[in-house]
Amino acid sequence: MTIYGLLGAALVALGLYGLVVQAAVLRKILAFNLLGAGVFLLFGVVARRGAAAGLAADPVPQAMVITGLVVAFAATALAIAMALRMHQITGAATLAEPADE
Amino acid sequence: MILDALIAGLVLVAAGWTLAARDAFAAVIGFVCFGLLLTLAWARLGAVDVALTEAAIGAGATGILLLFAVVRLRGGTEEVAAATPSPPQRIAAGLLAAAIGIALALAVMLLPDPAPSLAAPAMAELPAFGLGNPVAAVLMGYRGLDTLLESVVLVFAVLAIWSMAPDRRWGGVPGPRFPRAEHGPLSLMARLLPPIGIVIGIHLAWAGADAPGGKFQGGTVLAAMWLLAWVAGLAQAPAIASRRLRLVLVAGPLVFLAVGLAGMLVADGFLAYPPAFAKPLIVLIEAAMTLSVAAALALLIAGPPERAA
Amino acid sequence: MSMLLQLLGLLVIAAGAACFALGTIGLLRFPDTLSRLHALTKADSLGLGLVALGLLPFAESLGEALLPFLAWGLVLLSGATTAQLIAERARR
Repeated sequence: MTIYGLLGAALVALGLYGLVVQAAVLRKILAFNLLGAGVFLLFGVVARRGAAAGLAADPVPQAMVITGLVVAFAATALAIAMALRMHQITGAATLAEPADE
Repeated sequence: MILDALIAGLVLVAAGWTLAARDAFAAVIGFVCFGLLLTLAWARLGAVDVALTEAAIGAGATGILLLFAVVRLRGGTEEVAAATPSPPQRIAAGLLAAAIGIALALAVMLLPDPAPSLAAPAMAELPAFGLGNPVAAVLMGYRGLDTLLESVVLVFAVLAIWSMAPDRRWGGVPGPRFPRAEHGPLSLMARLLPPIGIVIGIHLAWAGADAPGGKFQGGTVLAAMWLLAWVAGLAQAPAIASRRLRLVLVAGPLVFLAVGLAGMLVADGFLAYPPAFAKPLIVLIEAAMTLSVAAALALLIAGPPERAA
Repeated sequence: MSMLLQLLGLLVIAAGAACFALGTIGLLRFPDTLSRLHALTKADSLGLGLVALGLLPFAESLGEALLPFLAWGLVLLSGATTAQLIAERARR
């Protein structure tokens, strides 16, 4: 299962790069979700390697990932609501400081 | 092995597309594809419950959320271009990301070889809960506190989203008014799919005790069916001041908390189940939680109130 | 006998995969949205039906055998609806 571990590491790298480099808030949120998915995959690899007692994967990391997925969705929903509100109030689509006139 | 390499390759391509796409809409579609391909990866890793959750919440619910947002966040290309970092900054960010990725890859290669596992202790205590699904036992039994807190987090997230509304809209109705679809494909699907979907959602939540599934997956399907009827104009969003809505939202965490506190009186401690009643109590909690998770997810996607009640 | 049936099932699944491939080629090569939608919806619906058919020899119980067909029915419904909605939008 090293392939999925390497995939998780690659997703973390891609997500981090996107989070730093993308200017638009929505794209940052997308990159943040990629980062989260990579971290969850790393958990999944640990779960798969812990397969024992007749199970295909260790159930404890699986439960943690399920909890993480739900909480990540709640966080994404809040982030999007904040981005929409910011756009509504200031018309901005990025987090850049407005230039002093 | 080839299948795993293929799936990993496709996931990587989808992730790259999400980052590199010029148009935000294309990026969101790429992200939904990424989520669905990731579901295959989870199935290959033997984590079927996680695969179901990823398909339902990671790809589906997040996809709906992002699509709602991308439609409203159009424009601002010059501002985005101005705020984009310069090439040297991008190279520095790329090097940082690559360094972290390589460090994680090394950590993956160097994981301890007789891999530590909690599967045996988890399975040993399984009969005490009367559950057949070890992941459900971990969620409701061994890590019950995590699940309780997670359900409270969902309620807090809904409150935080509601607080994004302008003051004068507090207590109003979320979302735009969707025109009622009387004819056409959307109307057909919104009348045909919800009954089937509700049965599937309840089945997923019920079957989670002994097979992959559970309240989060089932609750998401229920929320999606309501959202479908809402978007087709066949169901109206309730005002957020509605007492019934708030009751449904907190019913799950409250029942969970009540059973946990009762455990201090009747059994060993907080969130301990008395041995004879473990299964019925867990089923009670799951039923209340399925409703609350469905309500919370639907409200998270519907967003802050935009119209007066 | 069951070996033969499973081999047949694999052939049918391969045919379904070929349908998906054809649909994707149509998506990439057709000139405009409407023809792409047409290729995608038709080919994917047929492909999924063939895959569901090909899985029959591998099922262990009646419920397991019928579940892919339920999935196929739902995909037909949602696929057709989505294609119609996108086409309506694309025509404007």
